[in-house]
Amino acid sequence: MKIYKNTGNIDTRSGFGAGLAELGKTNPNVVALCADLTGSLKMDEFKDNHPERFFQIGIAEANMICIAAGMTIGGKIPFTGTFANFSTGRVYDQIRQSVAYSGKNVKICASHAGLTLGEDGATHQILEDLGLMKMLPGMTVINTCDYNQTKAATLAIAEYEGPVYLRFGRPKVANFTPEDQKFEIGKAVHLTEGNDVTIIATGHLVWEALEAAKILEEKGISAEVINIHTIKPLDETAILKSIRKTKCVVTAEEHNFLGGLGESVARTLTLNYPAPQEFVATNDTFGESGEPLMLLDKYGLNAKAIIEKAEAVILRK
Amino acid sequence: MSTTQHLQDFVTQVRRDILRQVHQVNSGHPGGSLGCAEYFSVLYQDVMEYSVDFDMDGKNEDLFFLSNGHISPVFYSVLSRSGFFPVKELNTFRKMDSRLQGHPTTHEGLPGIRIASGSLGQGMSVAIGAAQTKKLNKDTHLIYSLHGDGELQEGQNWEAILYAGSKGVDNLIATIDYNKKQIDGATDDVLPLGNLKKKFEAFDWKVIELKAGNDITAIKEALEKAKGLTGKKQPVVILMETEMGNGVDFMMGTHAWHGKAPNDEQLEKALSQNLETLGDY
Repeated sequence: MKIYKNTGNIDTRSGFGAGLAELGKTNPNVVALCADLTGSLKMDEFKDNHPERFFQIGIAEANMICIAAGMTIGGKIPFTGTFANFSTGRVYDQIRQSVAYSGKNVKICASHAGLTLGEDGATHQILEDLGLMKMLPGMTVINTCDYNQTKAATLAIAEYEGPVYLRFGRPKVANFTPEDQKFEIGKAVHLTEGNDVTIIATGHLVWEALEAAKILEEKGISAEVINIHTIKPLDETAILKSIRKTKCVVTAEEHNFLGGLGESVARTLTLNYPAPQEFVATNDTFGESGEPLMLLDKYGLNAKAIIEKAEAVILRK
Repeated sequence: MSTTQHLQDFVTQVRRDILRQVHQVNSGHPGGSLGCAEYFSVLYQDVMEYSVDFDMDGKNEDLFFLSNGHISPVFYSVLSRSGFFPVKELNTFRKMDSRLQGHPTTHEGLPGIRIASGSLGQGMSVAIGAAQTKKLNKDTHLIYSLHGDGELQEGQNWEAILYAGSKGVDNLIATIDYNKKQIDGATDDVLPLGNLKKKFEAFDWKVIELKAGNDITAIKEALEKAKGLTGKKQPVVILMETEMGNGVDFMMGTHAWHGKAPNDEQLEKALSQNLETLGDY
């Protein structure tokens, strides 16, 4: 099995900040808007280098989303930055009408998604955002797994014309994808080859899936790990090709099972190739305060949980 | 510059268009549309610089954003009669497969529309965004926007009003359709707006009070005055006092025609008060 090396733990939000800083230099049409979380979103470098293209909106997310929509008129490419909860649930109607329905080229960039936000607790730990964004016609939904991929995705979405939701997070996590990767929206990344079970993971759980695959190999189970960074549009071809081989799948995401990646995979299977599936996701619940790793363990969102589900789904073949 | 007679004829024809559109599909919002017929006519016939060869980016032209999208009948009539799309397309208002959706949208590609509106309270922010891009592009043209007075009950407006005042967005002329009525009745009965002039001034806006919001000459003067106040580190708002249902005697002085279409008999009576000037669609 191919082994991936962690080049050092670093937060995915810093990958966003690095990508945005690079866009500041390379794309004069990129503008950035923030709702009083510049430091948390790692937007400082862009702000310092391009103050004329940085817009501090204050704590007013609805205003920020619609200002961003208006700024596209005249050719700007606005990147909005705030926490995932305030990027989606708080401003759903603004995104729906002024961005998605209006077809505006706004990049909604969201940090601190999911349980790994940690101690701030459930008010901030949105586990429904992928579903909310996935349901909007025309919205591209991306959830990156590490620093390098988040940086690459940030660069890629500036080149893409249309509304995008880019989700990343707060904790320092393994950085293992190539520094020089080309990020292709909607294209799955095959991480390991395997025959017994497919593990389809997104975001922080991709590294957990790789850790799980190593332990499964020791148990004599060969797992094929696929990194789905783009939840919409979903790379159904890659998913089906793998599951036709392994005959079963575990999906893994830091999100409610309702509305998440798992449901999109289940629909794909139902329509094309019904096969057993197990879900590593939160079970229709809110989160709570705590240390990120402990929360992931309590809510069953780590390598251990993926291994259990993999063993269970294989028995259902 | 258009003559006053031309503008008056234009307004009369716009009123007919509004009435005939909503009557045909027995739905839509004639009251606020009629109340703003003069404003739209002056804006598009006399004040704004624009190209009818529509381009979404609208560089080097003035742009208009309608926040209270339910008054789409007046917007569609004025856009079509200003040359953005064929007047006969008004015949498709609110019908299936039409570009003239119940509320305006970019989704169907109707020339002249730059944002969807209908869910209230979003247009001020959108207008601010477009104004900021104008500045980045070193484009000295202006942004105009229209908002309902009842719409100011939506909290997002006050985020936008605070932002525009604090950040000195001075290439924006917002107008409030101050007819003091909304669906459930008088704004004073639903949720009083208080002293709007003082409120906008407290948020560092320049305020123009337009008492005769259905008078072509007064509207022109107010818009010209507003233009003169741009570029001075403050946004500009016109509090335009209008009469809902203006130009049709039985629709005036009441909120009853906010979102109700006339029947055949009522249409005939309303049209008899506004005789054809530029030709019906």
